[in-house]
Order: sequence, then C-alpha cells, then structure tokens
Amino acid sequence: MPNTPLLTAERLLFERDDCNIFEQIDFRVGRGEIVQIEGPNGSGKTTLMRLLTTALQPTSGNIRYAGQAIDLCRYEYLSDILYLGHQPGVKMTLSAEENLRWMAADCINSAQGALAAVGLAGYADIPCYNLSAGQHRRVALARLLMSNAKLWYLDEPFTAIDKQGVSFLENCMRDHIRRGGAVVLSTHQDLAIDGVRKYSIVPHVDQGGL
Amino acid sequence: MSSGFSDYLRRDLLLAYRRRGEAASPLVFFIMVSTLIPLGITPESARLAEIAPGIIWVMALLATLLSTDGLFASDYQDGSLEQLLISPQMLAMPVLGKITAHWMVTGLPLTLASPLLGVMLSLPEQGYVPMLVSLALGTGCLSLIGAVGAALTVSLRKGGLLLSLLVMPLYMPVIIFGSATVQSAIDGFAWSGPLAILGAMLAAAIALCPLAAAGALRLTSIN
Repeated sequence: MPNTPLLTAERLLFERDDCNIFEQIDFRVGRGEIVQIEGPNGSGKTTLMRLLTTALQPTSGNIRYAGQAIDLCRYEYLSDILYLGHQPGVKMTLSAEENLRWMAADCINSAQGALAAVGLAGYADIPCYNLSAGQHRRVALARLLMSNAKLWYLDEPFTAIDKQGVSFLENCMRDHIRRGGAVVLSTHQDLAIDGVRKYSIVPHVDQGGL
Repeated sequence: MSSGFSDYLRRDLLLAYRRRGEAASPLVFFIMVSTLIPLGITPESARLAEIAPGIIWVMALLATLLSTDGLFASDYQDGSLEQLLISPQMLAMPVLGKITAHWMVTGLPLTLASPLLGVMLSLPEQGYVPMLVSLALGTGCLSLIGAVGAALTVSLRKGGLLLSLLVMPLYMPVIIFGSATVQSAIDGFAWSGPLAILGAMLAAAIALCPLAAAGALRLTSIN
C-alpha cells in the first residue's frame, strides 16, 4: 500500500455567521479504510461531509486527495468520489431505472442488476412516487453498485432502511474496501464491520453553549 | 458523461413530459389571459390591432416568469442539485441543458401558439412572421435570464417575489425590442433592426447566463 493516504484533511475549519462550527479537523483516510464520523446532533457532521465533497468551501485548511490539493486535481477527485446525502436525490416522477440511468454516470453494472441487488427487482419501471421512503433510499444505494468511485461519502446511510438493508449496505462497504476503496460515513449506529476507525467531531464551544 | 448538456436536456424534457399538466400551465395562462383581453377592453378590431403586439409580448413574458421559479426548485428539494454541484463536469453545461429544456417546454409552445392569439387580437397580417421570430428569440432570452434569478433564489423558501424583482429589469430590454420588432413590421418599416438586437441579446445570454446561473448555484449552496 502506498504511503500517501487517499484523503487528508488538514486543519479544516468552517465558519458560519462568524462562528466556527467545529474545532479544527485533522484526519486521514487510507485505502481500504472505513472512517465513521461521530458527534452529537448539530455538531457539523453533514457540514464536514459537504466540505469534503467540495459542496462547501472551508474557511481555512486543506483537503488533499492522494497527496495533491483538491483544487489542483478537482476533476480527478470529483470523478473518484460518490456522495450520498440526506436527500436521496431520487426524482419522484421517474422510475427507479430511469433515476439510476442518469445518476450513475460511470456505470460498471447494469441498472437492472443493481436494482435486483438492493431488493427492488420488479420495481424498475414503477414511478418512484409509488415507492416508500426506504425504497427511495434503496434506489440511491443502488448507485454504490454501479459506480467505480474510490471514495464513498455516506451521510447517515442507514436512515429509513430495514435490517436486511443495513446488512446489505455493510456488505457493500466490506466489498468496497476489499477492492482498495475507502468509505467515510456518518452514523450514530455501530457497524458490524471490523476495523472501523471512529472520528469524533468536537463541536465548537461558543456555539449553542447555553 | 461528456459535458452533461444533452443528459440534462433529455432528463428535464422527460420530467416535464411526466408532469404534462404542470408543464402546460404557462401556455394555458398565456392563451387564457389573451382571450380575456378582447372581452375586457374592446372587441373592436382596429383598437385591438393597435395593442396586440404589446399584449402578446407582455403575456409571453409573464407566462415565462410564472414557470421560471421551478427551474431548479425541485432539484434543490430532492437533493439532485447537490449531486450536480459535486459532479466533475463544468456546471454551466448541465445548467444550459436545463435552460434549453425549460425553453422547449415554455417558450417554444408559447411561440407556436402565438398566431392563434394573433387572430384573436386581430393582429395585422404583416405582423405574424416578425411575431413568431421575435418570440422564438425573445423567449430564449427570457428563459436564460430567468435561470440566473431562479439560481439565486433557489434556497429561499418563498423566492417567487424576489425572483420577479431580480429579473424584471433584465426582461425590459427583451420586451422593448420584441414588441418593437412586431410594431415596426405592422407600421410598414424594416423590422430587422430590433430583431437583430434581440438576436444579439440572445447570443450574449447564451454565452453568459449559464455561467452566471452556475456561479449563483454554487453561491446559494453555501448555506
């Protein structure tokens, strides 16, 4: 395994309304690693995710991808990441398969196969407004199977999915790190995977201190 | 994914097709209001013919404005905008795709329906071709300019009013030269002058508005 970690965050700070959201963040994610971001509600887990996915610009600090600042390898970096946010990003009027077809640009598996794997076989042609919240989530999760991104960012991926869904997702993550990928996820749940590294966000003291 | 333009164009057209009723509302508004004009003002064709170019243009503008609000709103709500923002391709291309789809769903039907309104408002014969051409170019401008406003107000829950205030001043040159094209044709003058300015505005808008809208989307996502 090469020495440079896949992702390095150095002295990351994010200010909102002149107030830091969290204390300085320093962490690294190596190939084949799962990092679980922990912290109480409102501590900035989603903010951190959005900083790492470049949806937000940090107030100060650097993010490096394979040793290179992400501003310098933006295209490469963004091609190599996959982000699942709070909202599944599923279009209600499109069917599950149509949703996947344009969401997963770099298809390595067929949409049909991926949907079958997440337990939505036979639902491919049904408009998503007829599916439940958990099934929307599963449509989004099917992206994991179709993408060849190296770095997964999963923000609360276990929301609204059932037990089988949880173990399915855990299996996905296991396979992914076995292939040399890495996962950064935020969840309050304990994972049934060995070697998960936990990173606790320390909320900034001034914020909501009363 | 090459540039994202055609992907988003096709996707938004498909989305509009799935929600046909909603997508047709600007057109229905356009036709309905223009039908009310002869009833409300006068059925006298000489007087109607005088105001017809202006009325058709004002209605087209309002109908477009009505639909601009939703250009990015649903993508923002369901999280697909966030995905778009972190996709590796240049943001302006998918945005241009979305705007093009918006024009094909609103501006183009308005343009194609305008001869019908011309008949209802007794538009003089020589005004039809200039009206079709100027509306085709002009509604393109309106969609492009509206997209910048929609991008700026996407994160506001009730951005409709602010959006109107933002884009209205930019819509003014479009309506001035749009209706001037039709009016000069009716008055028997050469109408290529105002039309050329409208075309120039469209060219500038195609070049600049997607970039501005993309920048605005990045800006509003910082919250």
